[in-house]
Amino acid sequence: MSIAPPRFESVEIPEAATRSEDYLWTLNFGPQHPATHTTLRLVLKLEGERVVDALPEMGYLHSGFEKIGEHLTYNQYVTVTDRMNYISPMANNVAWHHAVETLLGIELTPRCKVIRTIIAELARISDHLLCNGAVGLDTGAFTFFLYAFYQREVIYDIFETLCGARFTNSYTRVGGLSQDMTPLVIEKIRSFVKTFPKTIDDMERLLTRNRIFVDRTKGVGVLSTEEAISRGATGPVARASGVTRDLRRDEPYLAYADYDFQICCAAAGDCYARYLVRMQEMRESLKIVAQAVENLPEGPINVGIDQRTALPTKQQVYSTIEGTISHFELSMSNRGFEVPCEESYAAIEAPNGELGFYLAGDGNETAYRARCRPPSVLHYALFPHLIRGHTLSDVVAVLGSLNIIAAELDR
Amino acid sequence: MPSTPPPVDDVLAALAEQFGDLPSSVFRGQTRVVVPESSSHEVLSLLKERGFDLLVDISCVDYLDYREPPMEMAACAGHRYGLVYLLASTVTNQRLTIRVFVDDPEPTVQSVVSLWKAANWLEREVWDLFGICFAGHPDLRRLVMPEEFTAHPLRKDYPLQGRGERHNFPVITRHES
Repeated sequence: MSIAPPRFESVEIPEAATRSEDYLWTLNFGPQHPATHTTLRLVLKLEGERVVDALPEMGYLHSGFEKIGEHLTYNQYVTVTDRMNYISPMANNVAWHHAVETLLGIELTPRCKVIRTIIAELARISDHLLCNGAVGLDTGAFTFFLYAFYQREVIYDIFETLCGARFTNSYTRVGGLSQDMTPLVIEKIRSFVKTFPKTIDDMERLLTRNRIFVDRTKGVGVLSTEEAISRGATGPVARASGVTRDLRRDEPYLAYADYDFQICCAAAGDCYARYLVRMQEMRESLKIVAQAVENLPEGPINVGIDQRTALPTKQQVYSTIEGTISHFELSMSNRGFEVPCEESYAAIEAPNGELGFYLAGDGNETAYRARCRPPSVLHYALFPHLIRGHTLSDVVAVLGSLNIIAAELDR
Repeated sequence: MPSTPPPVDDVLAALAEQFGDLPSSVFRGQTRVVVPESSSHEVLSLLKERGFDLLVDISCVDYLDYREPPMEMAACAGHRYGLVYLLASTVTNQRLTIRVFVDDPEPTVQSVVSLWKAANWLEREVWDLFGICFAGHPDLRRLVMPEEFTAHPLRKDYPLQGRGERHNFPVITRHES
């Protein structure tokens, strides 16, 4: 089958140019441009300053993560998920091992569930900080961006204390975690819970009623509820368009059913609504973190030795025969997990939307197929629909409000 | 507060009424229905009418060297490509997985872009990485691989390390640009 040449979805030629397309000109935006943040490419059809149509291109960062997923073990692949949405790697770790544990049928320990909830929510806060900060930056609010980025640094610091890595954490393991949460981490999270509301108040005072920002974002890139569902939008993008879908409430995983929090929605569906939803979600996430960190259950973080997935503790290895056997078997290449010849899909509410993995097991310690369902792909596909009729300067506002991460987009 | 979504039994009954007995199974609470390629579009449009308004994902599995029948269902044995349609309802939060099996030499299914606009890029990605043609797709181009690429790299007969396609990429020098 031959490959058809690229074509625009619907170029409506403006009336002034009905005789010829002379007034339309094509502008290439990206793949290297400060406002694309990563390697995205847009081909824009412009009439003067007005965008008539846009053709998004992707694949500049394609690194075959799904192919690699068929060759790395369930524990090794977590390092690759870090590099998908590198803005919130912890959420990706949690999503990957949530999917693996669904396939294997593992029930986590209560402490592990709560710790994973905490880190997933901290990851959400740091993702929303960057996204909203970048929207501010792209529309000219540089100070706002610095406020946001300073708090990201605090979250990095918490993660570093937790697992030794700031950026690519690879924190989760099948059936558990790589490290337990120490009192120092808990102390740092507590102080973050105390100090963060002040920053978020400052941020809202800076931008939410800022005339320039509101004019740049309100009514720009409007996505209706029907379009949001039909085009597969999830997460804050869908919730800003009035879709009340949040997997934390609708399919409670980890420990979310135990906490009191609100689902943030807006009806307008424009860039400003997406900004507001993200702002409010940070407050709700902070509520979850505060509740979780004060009610952290005692007990082990890994599932028991009998499950044969998480490494036993050194104490168990040295003093019990089951621990020794389990440790050896998990380290040997032809032993280890018992994976059913089955397939399952599991998703979490990642900061960007529904992040799921469709896994096919074939009895081996590597997945037969590890499909990642990235929210960014469907959000990037929305772009031409959102930008039609707006001006060139709105391109960055719309792009920023969709929070497209090229590494997750291209995988 | 959270409530478990209602079971999908009535949907399965409606499918059985119209399309006869379709093989289905449940694993970890997820219902999968295997649909023949010839009626996949009708089944999916019926499901959309019955409330599965969100197309979560379209992906594919290449069963070239899979030893067991896929999903331990005898009905799926012997096929090469198994498409996965993950559907969800934004109202009831039900989920349903539809599997469609297709085979070489020309694996083709009906496109569902007319039902869900989300299918546009998802189908392009499956075409790109598995070489499954979606009949009726408005713009079936490669999504992540470059246009000049000839292989479909997520097929199981494509090696992890590639086949040296990198040498064949067109290079634009400063002189000729």
